[in-house]
Amino acid sequence: MLASALFYLLAAATVAATLLCITRTNPVHAVIYLVHAFFDLALIFYLLGAPLVAAWEMIIYAGAIMVLFLFIIMMLELAPGGKPLEVDRQRWIPVLLLSLVTLGCTVVLIIQDPSAAASGAAYHASPREFGTALFDRYALGVQVVSFQLLFAAVGAYYVGKGEPRRRGGPSS
Amino acid sequence: MIVPFAHVLLFAALLFVMGLGCALARRNLIMILIGVEIMLNAAAVALVGGSAHWRQVDGQVFVVFLMAMTSAEVAISLAMVVYLRRRRGTLEADKFDGMHG
Repeated sequence: MLASALFYLLAAATVAATLLCITRTNPVHAVIYLVHAFFDLALIFYLLGAPLVAAWEMIIYAGAIMVLFLFIIMMLELAPGGKPLEVDRQRWIPVLLLSLVTLGCTVVLIIQDPSAAASGAAYHASPREFGTALFDRYALGVQVVSFQLLFAAVGAYYVGKGEPRRRGGPSS
Repeated sequence: MIVPFAHVLLFAALLFVMGLGCALARRNLIMILIGVEIMLNAAAVALVGGSAHWRQVDGQVFVVFLMAMTSAEVAISLAMVVYLRRRRGTLEADKFDGMHG
């Protein structure tokens, strides 16, 4: 009962944060709202019995990929700047609401863990089961994915390297 | 399963449609990539929900593959964003309509 209530609350918060994300004109605000949606999504993954996926959602999506987006936006100066920061009450309302929902759900999960209380009813993948499936049944997939990541790193380096300087010619 | 499987799928579909709308409606390359991210997360929600529904760990393993695929895709596409910004000076998707062989 508690778990399903938390699921619907977090799903509503995720949808609200995503809607706010896709309607922003400032890309920095969009990325921050999407990070918030990923926090709620990580809690949903935990409720659905995937604690490792929840941790990786935080570490990889919110911590690495979205921060990479922020770096690129700031490096290319895509955010509209120059305006002085003004105190806007309207802008604070959705941020406060979403943060309170996430904080409340986290505190409730810490105090009374519904997945542990109803361990007979809800599915909960242990790290041992997960690791056995990943590295035993899907070992070939892990190899393929590692190759894919290597190719992506080489490709990103090649594309991002910039113009090759011509030998002896005038530097453009 | 704490909630009906249909509700999880409905939530995933809602997220996917929002990501699709963002990728189709916005013309900034960064916002298009954010829409793709939202769609991939909707797929992850559906996979984890299926994993909880059938009580098999395979769905969660596929979410890990999905995350690795997303990392690769984001690395390449952000490198392309930097490259296009240097070469063309804009990130509006409508401006990239000519092929100069």
